[in-house]
Amino acid sequence: MKPHLTPEQLEAFGEEMDALRRRVLADLGEDDAAYIRGVVKRQQQMEVLGRALFYLPPAWPLAVVALSVSKILENMEIGHNVMHGQYDWMGDPHLSSRVYEWDNVCPSEQWKYSHNYVHHTFTNILGKDRDIGYGILRMDDDQPWHPYYLGNPVYAFLLMVFFEWGVAMHDLEVENIVNGTRRLEENRALHAGIMRKVRRQALKDYVLFPALTGPLFPLTFLGNATANLVRNVWAFNIIFCGHFPAGAETFTQEECEDETRGHWYYRQVLGSANISGGPLFHVMSGNLSHQVEHHLFPDLPARRYPMIAGEVREICERYGLDYTTGPLRRQLASVARKICRLALPGRRAPQPAEPAADHPLAA
Amino acid sequence: MSTLTRIARSRTLAALTSPHGVDHYLSRVNPMWAAREVRARVVDVRRESDTPGAPVATLTLQPTATWRGHRAGQHVQVGLDLPGSARRTTRCFTISSAASGPGEPITLTVRAHADGQVSRHLVAAQPGLVLHLSQAQGDFTLPVSPATPGIDPLLFVTGGSGITPAMSMLRTLLRDGYDGRAGRPVTFLHYSRSAEDQVFADELAAIDAADNDVTVHLRHGTRVSELELRRFAPRFRDTDTWLCGPAAMMDVVREAYGESPRLRTERFKAPTAPSGTAEGALTFAATDRSVPNDGTSVLEQAERAGLRPEFGCRMGICFTCTARKTEGTVRNVLSGAESSLPDEDIQICVSAPVGDCVVDL
Repeated sequence: MKPHLTPEQLEAFGEEMDALRRRVLADLGEDDAAYIRGVVKRQQQMEVLGRALFYLPPAWPLAVVALSVSKILENMEIGHNVMHGQYDWMGDPHLSSRVYEWDNVCPSEQWKYSHNYVHHTFTNILGKDRDIGYGILRMDDDQPWHPYYLGNPVYAFLLMVFFEWGVAMHDLEVENIVNGTRRLEENRALHAGIMRKVRRQALKDYVLFPALTGPLFPLTFLGNATANLVRNVWAFNIIFCGHFPAGAETFTQEECEDETRGHWYYRQVLGSANISGGPLFHVMSGNLSHQVEHHLFPDLPARRYPMIAGEVREICERYGLDYTTGPLRRQLASVARKICRLALPGRRAPQPAEPAADHPLAA
Repeated sequence: MSTLTRIARSRTLAALTSPHGVDHYLSRVNPMWAAREVRARVVDVRRESDTPGAPVATLTLQPTATWRGHRAGQHVQVGLDLPGSARRTTRCFTISSAASGPGEPITLTVRAHADGQVSRHLVAAQPGLVLHLSQAQGDFTLPVSPATPGIDPLLFVTGGSGITPAMSMLRTLLRDGYDGRAGRPVTFLHYSRSAEDQVFADELAAIDAADNDVTVHLRHGTRVSELELRRFAPRFRDTDTWLCGPAAMMDVVREAYGESPRLRTERFKAPTAPSGTAEGALTFAATDRSVPNDGTSVLEQAERAGLRPEFGCRMGICFTCTARKTEGTVRNVLSGAESSLPDEDIQICVSAPVGDCVVDL
């Protein structure tokens, strides 16, 4: 149940969030720059180490670990966050949202449209946010059931294994072509971009680097494929825990008509979910473990999210907004349950209304 | 090209380091290794003048092998990671040395402005400092050379730091063998605040004294006027002229030249309006259009001007509309922060121009 806030309460809530945002913006500086440069350096070291260790066959597992860590860091703490413009203020072309290209088959230009614009603007609005189910899954009770969704757990598993490919294909809106609301021609420009990126990624990981290790070609090939797989599985799980565990709400388009800034913040909080964990876990998740803070302030450097999380939570609680969070295993279990439950027809049982006394501000 | 350079620029290495590029890794090992980017190491710093509060120094830079050289009169963007600041600051400086070839050293002559973080840092720089450079830019250049003789005289009119491009042109001519036999008199007219403020004084005196058909007039404390121009270059309107200096001076000279096509100019800085005003003009450089600034966001003004820039959320979160502002000041309408850095990426949906502003749209 979504708490009801009066327009005045929404405005006050929005102003508190804006104030918090301004405070962080004014404080950005050397520490943030040193941090992201440090992460890039670690990522490069891991990458070089991983590629080099493939020349030592007994070290194969270590090589895969190093390369996986490198790819996870590059995609999440660096790529995702840089493409959100979090470091544009540094004036460093290597960390600029305008030019950054990430180690992923999805072209960054395309990702910035589907993720930064569509997903972050229309977060959890049914029919607008294509991240709800990625066009292939049923992830919300309000999506009408169809026998196709009996395969929900299977599709989710495949999406996890081939996640980077799924993300790249996501933008082709295949489901809209199937249902006739999108024409094939509209995809032509996207096709070219994806194919260019696919060729480059495949050439690097599946031809050139394996070839450079000579007779070890098959081992290196397998190692690179494993690192990509590890990154896919990790990214999928972190991302699915960000919006789909119990507690994360969706919105109808009517609810969001003429939305105020306060309501936008309200929707970001209710539509997102955090994962609790230690500092290393947060870095490896690209700080998407702080999905709530990320959705409130997508362009603030991600290392700031853990620092402001306490304050965000305090503000949300004061307004009676549920701040969803939990350990990884619990969020994963919750998401898995939802994927399986929504494979079958029917809606969840209506939840008992919470006593109003718990939320003095909720009308 | 050395074998190493060829390897660094090879398509194979580019494929192996995709999508980040070779330089991302090379610079980690040695900042002077580059396959595409240009960086330069400061190898010498020489004081040109000790004007209190505004000393001038000439920095000799050794660029990476990627430097493609420059034509006399061109400038470079210098990017500098200032200590104590996380932001890379980029400023434009004209090259003061004669035209260079690929990989050749160049010099920048820089005046430290009281509020110029970059210029003060550069004037006080120590050899060893590494800078980020762009390739040479600009078409305020000298097309003539001793190899293209003619009888038309040449005139350089400069003021303050506007002397650097003209100095580069003069040095190029003399280095390449220009002499008195060319039959093409060169007049070098420069205005500075005082004799102490005069840079390159010894070199210019020597050039003036030598038998080379170059006449140097250094004016201290005076102002340029049509009368002054006629005094040093009687037929100035019919003389190929290169003009560079403070805005006020340039206005006077431009007026004196009227419609004459012989005048070539280079502008260093766009005038900026005081903060909070919606004055000036918003110029869209890529489409060569200009509208009077009405104080709304760059995106709205561009759309009213008939442009179709890309945009997404229109609320400053998605960065789809990011475009490059090349000149002027913008105010972020969300945070109220103003920024005046040249060549800066801005989100046009939440940036409003303050005074004159040029955006690459």
